[in-house]
Amino acid sequence: MRLRIALLLVGLAALPASGQSPPPQPLTVAYEQFTLANGLNVILHRDTSVPVASVNVWYHVGSANERPGRTGLAHLFEHLMFEGSAHVAEGEFDTLLEAAGATSNGSTDSDRTNYFIDLPANALELTLFLESDRMGYLLETMAPARVDGQRDVVKNERRQSYENRPYGMASIEIDRMLWPPGHPYSWPTIGSMEDLTAASYDDIVAFFEAYYAPNNASLVIAGDIDLARTRAVVEKWFGEIPRGPSVQPAAAPPAVLTEVRRRTITDQVRLPRLYLAWVTPRDYAPGTAALDVAASVLADGKNSRLYRRLVYETQMAQDVTAVQQPAALGGSFLIVATARPGHTIAEIQTVIDEELDRLSREPPQTREMERVLNQIQASFYRSMERVGGFGGKANQMNAYYVAGASPDFFAEDLARYMSLSATDVQAAAMRWLPPDRRVELIVEPETQR
Amino acid sequence: MSAESSRVLRALRGFVLAAIAIGSFLAAQERPDRSKPPALAPPPQLNLPSIEKRALSNGVAVWVVEAHEVPIVQVSLVIRAGAGDDPPGRFGTSSLTAAMLDEGAGARSALEIADAIELLGADLSTASGFDASAIRLNVPVAQLDAALAVTADVALRPTFPAADLERLRQERLTALLQARDDPASIAAMAFSRVVFGREHRYGTGAVGTEATVKMLSADDLRAFHAGYYQPTNATFIVVGDVTADAVVPRLEKHFGRWSATGALRKALTVPAAPQLTARQTYIIDKPDAEQSQIRIGWVGVPRATPDFFPLLVLNTVLGGSFTSRLNQNLREEHGYAYGASSAFDMRLSAGPFVAAAGVQTDKTAEAIREFFAELDGIRKPIEQEELAKAKNFIALGFPAEFETSTDLSRQLEELVVYRLPDDYFERYVPNVLAVTAAAVQQAAERDIQPSRFAVVAVGDRKIIEPGVRALNLGPVRVLSVDDALGP
Repeated sequence: MRLRIALLLVGLAALPASGQSPPPQPLTVAYEQFTLANGLNVILHRDTSVPVASVNVWYHVGSANERPGRTGLAHLFEHLMFEGSAHVAEGEFDTLLEAAGATSNGSTDSDRTNYFIDLPANALELTLFLESDRMGYLLETMAPARVDGQRDVVKNERRQSYENRPYGMASIEIDRMLWPPGHPYSWPTIGSMEDLTAASYDDIVAFFEAYYAPNNASLVIAGDIDLARTRAVVEKWFGEIPRGPSVQPAAAPPAVLTEVRRRTITDQVRLPRLYLAWVTPRDYAPGTAALDVAASVLADGKNSRLYRRLVYETQMAQDVTAVQQPAALGGSFLIVATARPGHTIAEIQTVIDEELDRLSREPPQTREMERVLNQIQASFYRSMERVGGFGGKANQMNAYYVAGASPDFFAEDLARYMSLSATDVQAAAMRWLPPDRRVELIVEPETQR
Repeated sequence: MSAESSRVLRALRGFVLAAIAIGSFLAAQERPDRSKPPALAPPPQLNLPSIEKRALSNGVAVWVVEAHEVPIVQVSLVIRAGAGDDPPGRFGTSSLTAAMLDEGAGARSALEIADAIELLGADLSTASGFDASAIRLNVPVAQLDAALAVTADVALRPTFPAADLERLRQERLTALLQARDDPASIAAMAFSRVVFGREHRYGTGAVGTEATVKMLSADDLRAFHAGYYQPTNATFIVVGDVTADAVVPRLEKHFGRWSATGALRKALTVPAAPQLTARQTYIIDKPDAEQSQIRIGWVGVPRATPDFFPLLVLNTVLGGSFTSRLNQNLREEHGYAYGASSAFDMRLSAGPFVAAAGVQTDKTAEAIREFFAELDGIRKPIEQEELAKAKNFIALGFPAEFETSTDLSRQLEELVVYRLPDDYFERYVPNVLAVTAAAVQQAAERDIQPSRFAVVAVGDRKIIEPGVRALNLGPVRVLSVDDALGP
């Protein structure tokens, strides 16, 4: 609530005097937090701009918790969470939600599995009934046929998103090259086809018993809610679920590349594409904000260094992107570029290496820093508007909490960027993006038949 | 380890002042009754945004909706001209015109425009669809004036520099080439071509073809811009942390002297495409593909159809939500696909109706059979419960369409482009709830006629052809990607 009032006043006050720089705006997100006796951490945030709310649950388990031979299990399990529980017949989960005007989804990555239900504000109790039933009573009606059904769906998800998508196998290959054998990031979250075939009903039961318990989850409810009433209904529906065993966080020795790892694979594509990848610090660790900025200096917007040279001026590339990808056990930095007809990967790689070398030797110009930081600042404001979905406030609050920060870390998170100097960006590029310790993957067109 | 797998188609510092609840008294007592789902509370009231309608001195309409949640404002300049207005033989004119607006304007180069916008923390996009074009600015409210100065150059004074035009042309030609790598893109393009034909505007994507993109000149783009980007053909939609009184003078300052240099070019009316008369199947060969991308449908309806609400409900039942029949059948019951859906793409003229999925190669024929089972089935009376679920899904979910300033702005754009009545939002929910089973069935009988649908399957011909032929759906043609889309 403080946010809305504060910004309203600022907005009205700022308009007549626009043209000047705005005073720094607090990204204040008021919240209430409590923990149930069973260990479930609950965070409530009230935003009444529209009569909707979002119920967002993170289970602190992802593909990093899997073992070789059962890759893909965390994600397959995610699918089964929508198939019914003891008091919710198969198919009823989404049927009840849709009849109430709500939508649901979930996603799995290496470190966590998240679920959200975006709902009209009047459907809160129905939503908490459904969410708590699958947290507490999923196995009562779990059956091998249910596992088989979603196994087929997930295999088709893999075919659609990897095998049958141009360049779709590249990310799987990069993870295999970037992380040492046995490292939990070396296998893809989607899993291998063999492992998906091998996943059994017993595996699903064991996975639930090990990881799906209130003490290994965090619940954020954001939107048009009454805080006291919401707390009462959360306690009503989730309070009875028994605590599970304590869960050891996934761990891995630090991954360090000591050489260039090169590989070329082929695909049914017309143009070759280059991927360069580095191991970088884990999410929120020192260096990561500077690497985000480095990525933007390199490839966001027409004036970014790589875009300008490769796409705008020489036009040897169709596209170029750079991104710092955060993760709990270690991040990665990725540069991707696709060669235009008549141009080669070697030409493109020469330009990329020149620009990486320059960024490691000289700090970015003041104007480059300002462009990037102003964009980042505006993106934080934009992110305040939506409560639900994968990109809403509820999910971000859960992400902050799980990373060990406070759920309202927004302003401090922005400050991580705004306090960066150009020298920090240069130092991060020098430290984390060396030319002699990285992955170089090329996807070449298959010879046409 | 990359982020992954949404289910549907689609620090470490600071410690929290956590109030540890020690088994609240309220909760500890009794177990909740899980024997039936809790009843819903009465639906909340959505306070519809009030639209303040103004105009600039030169006649440009200005719609303002205040939304003060964050210090951001969205300003969209909607032009009532799109790919539907492309001159014959010049497909892609509208799209390339819009794309070129920020590649040189006034005294600014492409790089200077991008630099100025980024420095302001703003986002500026220029785009064109079949029915309209738009310049959309999203900017921190304190930077609005400076961003409008750039936006006015982009919208009113584009220079279409030759070198930048060649750059975008090559970019588009390369993108058209790359689209042929992607089975889903091939299926979508081939389906449009099959249903609407080579000559009809909807038979080709908004970008145009390789041949038309090669021929477009700066003069084509200048003429399109001069003919359609005119004050009487434009509407500003402003949503965000402003008031009408504050924002209109600013728009006046930057856009008030905009005047037409010639007559407003007459909007081309895209003719209604001839409807398909018989079922026909096209297999487009993608050797070794692990899935087949399937598209099934025909010419649908225009946005102005009187059946809009019955069709909205019909499509929600058929393929417009997770629990829709197509998704339940192809995904949940059979596991042939990651997801299946359907949609009426309603435009100024009748756009396509299409049902779609990517299905595993060895189940392609089975999947097509199930598609037709559902397409035939939707013509039969719908049970009240299923009808009520679909209507409630749409009606109760309506408030979520207004959550962000961008959401709201997009909703208002629809009102402008399709000239919808002022009370459209007020009447939306009652209109949805008034749809009867009989109205859905009537609409289905008219607008879903599976015996006349086209089927496009992009997949591994050597595996899928025998099964597809054995379905006996009518004539089957086998095409290469180049046959289907042109050289």
